Amino acid sequence: MSDNNIKMASEHLDFYYGDFKALHDVSLQFRKKQVTALIGPSGCGKSTYLRCLNRMNDLIPISRVEGKILLEGEDIYNTSWDVVSLRRRVGMVFQKPNPFPKTIFENVAYGLRVNGIRDKSEIEKRVTESIQQAALWDEVKDRLQESALGLSGGQQQRLCIARALAVEPEVVLMDEPASALDPIATQKIEELIHELKQQYTIIIVTHSMQQAARVSDKTAFFYIGKLIEVGDTDTLFTRPRLKQTEDYITGRFG
Amino acid sequence: MTGNRRKKAEKTMKSLFFIIATASVAVLGMIMIFLFMEGLPIFKEVSVKNFLFGKYWYPTSDPPDFGIFPLIIASISVTGVSAVMAIPLGVMTAVYLAELASKRVAEIVKPMVELLAALPSVVIGFFGMVVVAPFLQDIFDMPTGLNLFNASLMLAFMSIPTICSISEDAIYSVPNALREGSLALGATQWETIIRVVLPASISGISTAVILGMSRAIGETMVVLMVAGGAAMIPGSIFDPVRPMPASIAAEMAEAPFRGEHYYALFATGIVLFLFTLFFNVIADFISNRYRQVGEASL
Amino acid sequence: MDITQDEYQDEYPEKEQKATGKAAPEKTVKARYGIQEAATRLQTRRAAKQRMIFFFFRGAAIINGLALFIIVFFMVKNGISAISWEFLTQVPRSSMTQGGILPCIIGTLYLSVGAILVALPIGVASAIYLNEYARPGKVIRIIRLGINNLAGVPSVVFGLFGLAFFVIYLKMGVSILAGALTLAAMSLPVIIGATEEALKSVPDTYREASLGLGATKWQTIYRVVVPAALPGILTGSILGISRAAGETAPIMFTAAVFYTPKLPDSIFDEIMALPYHIYVLATAGTDIEATRPLQYGTALVLIALVLGMNLIAIVWRSRLRKKLK
Repeated sequence: MSDNNIKMASEHLDFYYGDFKALHDVSLQFRKKQVTALIGPSGCGKSTYLRCLNRMNDLIPISRVEGKILLEGEDIYNTSWDVVSLRRRVGMVFQKPNPFPKTIFENVAYGLRVNGIRDKSEIEKRVTESIQQAALWDEVKDRLQESALGLSGGQQQRLCIARALAVEPEVVLMDEPASALDPIATQKIEELIHELKQQYTIIIVTHSMQQAARVSDKTAFFYIGKLIEVGDTDTLFTRPRLKQTEDYITGRFG
Repeated sequence: MTGNRRKKAEKTMKSLFFIIATASVAVLGMIMIFLFMEGLPIFKEVSVKNFLFGKYWYPTSDPPDFGIFPLIIASISVTGVSAVMAIPLGVMTAVYLAELASKRVAEIVKPMVELLAALPSVVIGFFGMVVVAPFLQDIFDMPTGLNLFNASLMLAFMSIPTICSISEDAIYSVPNALREGSLALGATQWETIIRVVLPASISGISTAVILGMSRAIGETMVVLMVAGGAAMIPGSIFDPVRPMPASIAAEMAEAPFRGEHYYALFATGIVLFLFTLFFNVIADFISNRYRQVGEASL
Repeated sequence: MDITQDEYQDEYPEKEQKATGKAAPEKTVKARYGIQEAATRLQTRRAAKQRMIFFFFRGAAIINGLALFIIVFFMVKNGISAISWEFLTQVPRSSMTQGGILPCIIGTLYLSVGAILVALPIGVASAIYLNEYARPGKVIRIIRLGINNLAGVPSVVFGLFGLAFFVIYLKMGVSILAGALTLAAMSLPVIIGATEEALKSVPDTYREASLGLGATKWQTIYRVVVPAALPGILTGSILGISRAAGETAPIMFTAAVFYTPKLPDSIFDEIMALPYHIYVLATAGTDIEATRPLQYGTALVLIALVLGMNLIAIVWRSRLRKKLK
């Protein structure tokens, strides 16, 4: 990649579940320290696309990818790529909060431990930092040794964000991170995304156009497996180029 | 009018089903009652302590000795040795089936484990007797291949399916979200299994292990045919032994009806029953106390 | 392929601490970059470790499959020569050193079918109560504890119970009836478990839909839930039969005898049974070595019967599932 500001990109990406082609020729670029929102009606492939970016789809045995996904110019589907290190560099936050049935502390420490950080004080420091970064510190600082399952949904989701941040990813993928949360928790997550983009490249799938408009710099609109339109969020929502995009954002379908 | 009749019919159905559902408890209660009724009279002849800890089991000599300590030790040791073999094999197979095997391979291996469980115990005992025993005798140059080790080996393969299938269920029911969460942090599959999946399913796996051992300690035909039958405290794992179920099964036919020997065998049945009851209550306690972690609740 | 340290640091220019908006304690910027190195250093070792461990796991599964294969192989190899039309249709002769095993086959069929006739209705009804009617509470806890413990009772203890209760107390004598009832008591937890699992797999939306149409609970159970759960229930009952057919210890004192020349003509007759016959021939026969082929042959018949039923259960289950879809 010549453009130094491109963190991640896909080139002519096709994705298949068995015989079913779920993504058609998707080419998209993600700039450093920007939030890109992927929107579209359900089943449009936006989540599938997101899960290609850290090869989470590898877990589906019948799936197949054609085309390229580049992280810092390197094709992550190249056979020499180690998927484990890819996933450390490209973190993910899921639709439903999925904390491990461990203590709050251990949830965040987990990624550090598996990635070879042994020093206790080092782990402690990083856990603290990550929880602070996820704007959760004040709420949990006195109960780090309690089970993470005792947290509210919104807190759990922020813990999952803290957990993802602890391993110092370069890109953070978020798959409808607020869809299972109430409005107040959602607002907190959105504020957090705003803060995080100063350090991370963020790609977020959302079913809420308002959310996309609020948090993202760029928005990409997907429809039945195809990337229809991508552009600056302001432009896309106010002056979409294509009729399909306009129909969707004005609520005529989807 | 019809509404009322309907309601009444509904209520009757419910009570009927309730009564039938208590059948299992009733049977269990009856088992206890009859075991105790036919077993307790022995304690008029022998003290509980001498019965449990007496080192000699000579029920037919004159005067007879009714000490089941060697039988208890035999039962515990065959179960223990079989557990050492069955737990790793069973749990590892469960992990393999739930986490590693492709769908096609799992579809072949799973029925094989099921069929292993379906093999009648008498067939496994027969196999141990006519195939494994001579084999052990030959390669280890032992006086007899019918011994503690052989019985444990056979028992292991009888408890593996129990351990494996219950563990697999437990592992399988760990939500996928946890696996993805771990992998997305850059953990390898193995790290995900050992640090997230197994801890999350540990209560199910413990239950599986305990139920597997409970099955082993109560298993009759295998120990009857393969363990060697000597009512002695074993000195090595290649000694012949006589676990409790073997003793009951082998001697009941010859014991004079409601004689001392007959009572002693029922009393042995009580001890065996209490052992398995103990295992099952623990398994029940674990599975209730440490419920499997499901989806993170919102 | 890895980005260099410098480039990497570009990603994190001077900590923008205002990022969190919270007052964070001082941090050393240096330490934050260690994880990339640590992870890279470990990568090969982690992958190798995983490969090795997974190799053992696969090995464990193979051993289990192999065990089944080996046992069946030996029974077939040594037993097949004994199998003949005579073997399956004649009664034993010359102190059971010759002739066939017809009485054993018939005895085993009587016992296992009898057991299931008793256990199936009780088991299915129990499961329906537990899964459809009962509310969580003490009563349910006790019933479940009862079922779980009944499942754990050793087979020989069932034998003792059958002897004391059916044979002696109820004066049934050593008979098909006593043996079948003992086996029924033993199969009860298996059938309850299988039925409950089947009932649980029926989606709640079925129940809601039926209740929403004004059906009563019993109508819902009878017309919607049970039919949908039928494959599971059938599989469970076939597995119950096969389990009962293979058991030896419970029938040793209650139904089976060494030898009886006549086929049973009432449920109060004593009978021969395949599993017990194997045991008797192998341990107490008149000429143990000479009857080896007969032993293998009998074992082979028993295995074929039991595994055959299991196979039927599996096929039946998948066929019914397809139909329901």
